[in-house]
Amino acid sequence: MLCDVCKKQDASVYLTQIVDGKMQKVNLCESCSKEKGVSDPTGFALADLLLGLGAAQQIESGQPLQRCPVCGFTQADFKKTGRLGCSSCYDTFSEGLADLLKGMHKGVRHTGKVPSHLSRRFAMADRVKSLDAELQKAVKAEKYEDAARLRDEIRDIEHELQT
Amino acid sequence: MTFDDIIAVPGQWLHGEGPHGKIVVSSRIRLARNLRERPFPGWANKVERMQILAEIQEHVEAIPAMQGSCRAPLQELSPLQKQILVERHLISREHASKGAGSAVVISPDHQLSIMINEEDHLRMQSLLPGLQLQEAYRLNNEADIFLEDRVPYAFHAELGYLTACPTNVGTGLRASAMVHLPGLVLSDQINQIVNSVGKIGLVVRGLYGEGTEALGNLFQVSNQATLGESEEEILHRLIKVIEQIIEHEQNARQLLLERRANMLLDQIGRAYGVLSHARAIASKETLNLLSILKLGADLGIFPEATQLVVDELFMTTQPAHLQMGVKQEKLSPEDRDALRADLVRAKVKGIPEPDIAKVSSAKSGDGKSQEP
Repeated sequence: MLCDVCKKQDASVYLTQIVDGKMQKVNLCESCSKEKGVSDPTGFALADLLLGLGAAQQIESGQPLQRCPVCGFTQADFKKTGRLGCSSCYDTFSEGLADLLKGMHKGVRHTGKVPSHLSRRFAMADRVKSLDAELQKAVKAEKYEDAARLRDEIRDIEHELQT
Repeated sequence: MTFDDIIAVPGQWLHGEGPHGKIVVSSRIRLARNLRERPFPGWANKVERMQILAEIQEHVEAIPAMQGSCRAPLQELSPLQKQILVERHLISREHASKGAGSAVVISPDHQLSIMINEEDHLRMQSLLPGLQLQEAYRLNNEADIFLEDRVPYAFHAELGYLTACPTNVGTGLRASAMVHLPGLVLSDQINQIVNSVGKIGLVVRGLYGEGTEALGNLFQVSNQATLGESEEEILHRLIKVIEQIIEHEQNARQLLLERRANMLLDQIGRAYGVLSHARAIASKETLNLLSILKLGADLGIFPEATQLVVDELFMTTQPAHLQMGVKQEKLSPEDRDALRADLVRAKVKGIPEPDIAKVSSAKSGDGKSQEP
């Protein structure tokens, strides 16, 4: 079996790890395992290696020849560098990235800090959503006065969101 | 402030005066930020990098903590100057390899340094002595809040801050503490600690971060994941683990004193002997022996002032710092080892011989025993 990194020498180090119930296997030759710092498999950071190998393989399983419309980045580039091209790549390659992120992090949703101007925007967007639900209810119940008031309120927030 | 001023004074963090300063050398917070819909530095061409740098730099320099800062475009720094900044932990090794289109801005107190166009458009780092992760985060967060109103950050409602490498996405936060663990190394417990820390999603690395060797019994403990946990949760978890590591290290030191005092004294005596008589010494050996000397000072075997001498030598015996002190073009490794030995001998000469009585009094217990 050939080494997954250099694809030249025979693999002599076999790593198997369970990440999120999925088995990940990596086979390395002597020199690549040293280079990646796999002298003690238990103390070795799996994400670093997964990023270099598994990551590139996973993103590949998306559609072939996908290209980021903003920066022109492709999956082949990701495979080569392990880095993305620009912030829009996260949308372009979202399908392939989802699994990768899941294996790498504690969760798949950001729960931390939000830039203050955006946190206001996000709050407003949430408010529009809930007002919209109320509006649908009001229409169903034929409370047209309420519906008109809700419609105006939504229009005001959407106007503010656009500016 | 000029680059020479930065070089002239070592960072304040070096004089480990912070909380738990005997074991935790320094605390560092790094935040990664990028501009929306602009190519990341690794994918951008030189013209794009120069444009992005020009756009960001004025705002970075306007950060309140950056008043009177030292700023340098990377192509204007010599390889030696870059290496000194790496040895001071003010820029990363990756950043030192950059040229035109990248820059670094360092606050006058060295606590905040911002790398522009490293792997991400912005890498903001705060560095404080001792265990002060919360304080370091507060410092960095203030700079981040200042910039977020002025620079169009790449932020995703679901994924948070977007970064060049998917391993940093979310908070973009890497919190790390540099810990000095000679007790755990001498008592062969260090691998156990490294493994168990790894199992809970934190990482232990060497002196200069990713992919570097642990020298001088110094280790960096940091978070691995950046997505799915808030900044507070990441910090809280890391601090708890570091407090446990401190306790293990204290226990290990106490046990060595009680059960293997002769081995411990032998190590300290040998370190003192070699450092005060060597005529040629490599960087690696120096760091490892200085670590043992530092342990001796922690245990009271050397006077308290020894701490400062050792901490300073940790930095001044590094290759670029040695080179800086001489006029000669480029020192050969042999010259460097001889020069290093001269420097170390001169400093260690001022330290009195190990005071063995201190160990016997510690052995009989002075109420500081950490044994459970």
